[in-house]
Amino acid sequence: MTSPGDSGEREQWPLWEVFIRSSRGLSHVHAGSLHAPDETMAVRNARDLYTRRAEGVSIWVVRASAITASDPDAKGAFFESPQGKEYRHATYYTESDTVPHL
Amino acid sequence: MADPLRQLHAAHELDDDPDGSGQRRFDELIATDSRIEPSDWMPAAYRKTLVRQISQHANSEIIGMQPEGNWITRAPSLKRKAILMAKVQDEAGHGLYLYSAAQTLGTDRDTMFENLITGKAKYSSIFNYTTPTWADMGSIGWLVDGAAICNQVPLCRASYGPYGRAMVRICKEESFHQRQGFEILLELMRGTPAQQQMAQESVNRWYAPALMMFGPPDADSPNSQQSMAWKIKRFSNDELRQRFVDMLVPQAEILGVTLPDPDLKWNEERGHYDFGELDWAEFTEVLAGRGPANAIRVSRRRTAHENGEWVRAAARAYADKQSADGQSADRQTNQAPAHEWMAS
Repeated sequence: MTSPGDSGEREQWPLWEVFIRSSRGLSHVHAGSLHAPDETMAVRNARDLYTRRAEGVSIWVVRASAITASDPDAKGAFFESPQGKEYRHATYYTESDTVPHL
Repeated sequence: MADPLRQLHAAHELDDDPDGSGQRRFDELIATDSRIEPSDWMPAAYRKTLVRQISQHANSEIIGMQPEGNWITRAPSLKRKAILMAKVQDEAGHGLYLYSAAQTLGTDRDTMFENLITGKAKYSSIFNYTTPTWADMGSIGWLVDGAAICNQVPLCRASYGPYGRAMVRICKEESFHQRQGFEILLELMRGTPAQQQMAQESVNRWYAPALMMFGPPDADSPNSQQSMAWKIKRFSNDELRQRFVDMLVPQAEILGVTLPDPDLKWNEERGHYDFGELDWAEFTEVLAGRGPANAIRVSRRRTAHENGEWVRAAARAYADKQSADGQSADRQTNQAPAHEWMAS
């Protein structure tokens, strides 16, 4: 399973996924994708395409074909484990609702 | 034609939903106003509609660079030149966001480029009008980008996730386009009688074509119904056109320009402006390729694409050679561990 939209070797330039850190202290977040011949050009293209208004202080690019995704057809089963485990959330514990600082 | 992705998707639709569970899941997501993502099952017609709409939208952004690119060398000041270049660069960016969104549906960008330059794919007919004066840069920003924003804001909530996300980014950037156009006209309207006349004549040229950007009247727009049921479109063509006219009238008053429609008047009962019939015969003509600039727009795009071929090929050849030499692998191992340089 690779990134949606990756067309393998059919296109002249491969597809890259772009991640931008908007400011120090925050994670890199997926911004979009682009085509580029290699990693150096992908970073430069990403700068021109996704940070024209100072949206980022750092860029990651990764070839779309290098991304491994969970199987979309196994959605239900794959993400079943947390179902019914509300006790993993603080909101499950209501006895302490009126207790301060808890 | 060897097109593994498309074959994959075709097979997906035929074989992958024998029990109708894909359709049920799709209907449920649409009904609950959730989003459809690329790997979800979707009806073939939904996919086809989206590929057509998003790629046409992308093509419009790319072709839309031309009427304004035409004025970069003749912008009246360095400031205006810088602004115009930034705007045209944005249009290129918008085209790329949208091609990426369309590509997630299984049609690659090279194919969409090909369809544009061979005249197989459409783009917004507004870009087949010419820009004979500087004031047209103002009218394009105020009227054409204004209409585009009106159309695009609801598309941020389109049911197809990648399309909506691309539109959010585009809408954020688009409002600068409209404001700079408004300012160009405002400056001309504060100028000499000749400048005022230039502004007015430009508004006369662009007003009706901008209103036609919303597409034919609802009664003649058979696909709209389905697009609205799929929550790709949120409002009908006529609803959006009315909204646009209602916004334009007070803006025109501030500018001091006259909107070229004798039937334009406030309707107290409806709480909206009434406006005159548009020339839909002209719309059909331009859409059919017989507008003032259809031929030159596509041929310029084709020439630019073909002239860039050696650059794309050289960059690809260089990249292939680098990876064949193992240099790119060396470069990485000579670096600090991935997490360190990634964090910088």
